[in-house]
Amino acid sequence: MSFKSESDAKAYWKENLALMVKLLVIWFVVSFGCGILLVDVLNQIQIGGYKLGFWFAQQGSIYTFVILVFYYTKKMGQLDRKYGVDDE
Amino acid sequence: MELQTLTYIVVGITFAIYIGIAIWARAGSTKEFYIAGGGIHPVANGMATAADWMSAASFISMAGLIAFMGYGGSVFLMGWTGGFVILAMLLAPYLRKYGKFTVPEFIGDRFYSRTARIVAVVCLIICSVTYVIGQMKGIGVAFSRFLEVSYDTGLLVGMCIVFFYAVLGGMKGITYTQIAQYCILILAYTIPAIFISLSLTGNPIPQLGFGSTLSGSDVYLLDRLDQVVTELGFAEYTTSVRLSTVNMFAYTLSLMIGTAGLPHVIIRFFTVPKVKDARSSAGWALVFIAILYTTAPAVAGMARLNLMNTIEPTSGENLAYDDRPQWFKNWEKTGLLQFEDKNGDGLIQYTADKEKNEMVKVDRDIMVLANPEIAQLPNWVIALVAAGGLAAALSTAAGLLLAISSAISHDLLKGVLMPDISEKQELMASRIAMAGAIALAGYLGFNPPDFAAGTVALAFGLAASSIFPALMMGIFSSRINKEGAIAGMIAGITVTLLYVFQHKGIMFVPGTEFLGDMPSNWFFGIEPNAFGAVGAVVNFAVAFAVSRSTQAPPQHIQELVEHIRVPTGVKEAQDH
Repeated sequence: MSFKSESDAKAYWKENLALMVKLLVIWFVVSFGCGILLVDVLNQIQIGGYKLGFWFAQQGSIYTFVILVFYYTKKMGQLDRKYGVDDE
Repeated sequence: MELQTLTYIVVGITFAIYIGIAIWARAGSTKEFYIAGGGIHPVANGMATAADWMSAASFISMAGLIAFMGYGGSVFLMGWTGGFVILAMLLAPYLRKYGKFTVPEFIGDRFYSRTARIVAVVCLIICSVTYVIGQMKGIGVAFSRFLEVSYDTGLLVGMCIVFFYAVLGGMKGITYTQIAQYCILILAYTIPAIFISLSLTGNPIPQLGFGSTLSGSDVYLLDRLDQVVTELGFAEYTTSVRLSTVNMFAYTLSLMIGTAGLPHVIIRFFTVPKVKDARSSAGWALVFIAILYTTAPAVAGMARLNLMNTIEPTSGENLAYDDRPQWFKNWEKTGLLQFEDKNGDGLIQYTADKEKNEMVKVDRDIMVLANPEIAQLPNWVIALVAAGGLAAALSTAAGLLLAISSAISHDLLKGVLMPDISEKQELMASRIAMAGAIALAGYLGFNPPDFAAGTVALAFGLAASSIFPALMMGIFSSRINKEGAIAGMIAGITVTLLYVFQHKGIMFVPGTEFLGDMPSNWFFGIEPNAFGAVGAVVNFAVAFAVSRSTQAPPQHIQELVEHIRVPTGVKEAQDH
């Protein structure tokens, strides 16, 4: 089984890349952004015992990574079905 | 029961389980040997990947490092987890679709070049071997410490066990054993953490306890920790940057793409049935890894606080050396903890001031192992930690050895030197290659080279600067040709190697470092361990420039790139 047409293949790949870029931006923002570059600014905010920047660097970024990968898996599953390229 | 007896029993039971699984899951074909027949469920595969990935370094060393680096230690936490996001989105599904056994095989096919395949094999072997040395050393140390035998005996026992289940079982045996090992290592890591969190903060979940107030007061644990360490002249725990912001950025990036480019992690994704399983398998692996990686910073902070509180229960009132607890004495015996009464008052002073500090040695690697003793947990917990450390070291060593043996038997022998050998002969060759790799790693474990610590940086640097960019460009660009890929890989490795060598000595031999290991000579203040990120950028740049100025890849390669982007029609991974 494969794509019905050349344009379908292009559209599928384009949607895949758009999703990927979107998620990689979040990946970058939570780790390199909140955890490293903006850490001093975010440390001004305190949540419970955690300074926010410190929390992102040692906890928050990791939780976000997990969510990102599962969201990606789910969305790609939908995309595969939409273009009829899911392997069932 | 005696701690010693209990340790023998717990470690003995876990080993009986591993060996039992190895016998039950013997590999009969090359496919079962290399990729477990391609039929592993994604959750199971995720668990095995997690055990494969988390080595003795993650289990024993990481929390100890963070305990003394504070915020700066975040580079390891983000770096070693963030890599799985890249792996899940950029590499795993496409490599699974391509459906071959090894990483060099993909590089060789995509760049239609035997040279590219050989360059990839060389990179793979160098990074895996350097990694295995560290694991072997960890196995030796752990066995000798807990079974109270010599280091050499401990290492020998460990080698025999790895040999038995890795050589017999191949990927199939390794995968099922790793699932058992994951369960043991994660229990061994979280149980003490829960106890300690409960006693310090009253909250049983370490991730939450770390952000809570101390039991019986309204002071936050982290505020108290900051206060205690700064009073003694150490850097504030929650804000101490590692060298500089630029360096932290480069270090984190280097670890992330190094993770995504490490071949023994990538081949795990060839073992699942479908493309969508490769995606979710990366997610499950990350879940199982995140359980340990979000617990680690809590363990680190709490261990540091406990250590400080033991030595100086209230500000200005130090512990008398004669009153020191049992764990203090135990670790003094190993030489990893040393006290020197400089001012002769019989009290222990622990400060950042080198002149006055009397804790002359506090080895970071003892923190996780000593933690249950510091917190006065029951003996069975301490025995479990011993079994957990061994599980972590053994599972990673087995995965690495498999990656090495498949590179030798499948890529070098079958792919290049003797293409006509039968499957049976290849299987035999890979078992011999694996036995050879164990012997070599064992030899290096008996005679640990001085550069053992430095080579870990090299392993990540190499993977980040050579394998990862080649794979990524191979999937996402149909324009990169063989000239570009080969030039890129060689340029990336060379730049990284040169930088590491010029600051740490050629092949780490002291005295040959031609620029000196001085921060003032570092490129933008980036330490050698973090340089893989720069090497990767060089790789991408060279590959693009060279590909643009040479001929585009042939038509069938462009079709191949189109083909791997479509998730359907996955064949079971196969030879040719």
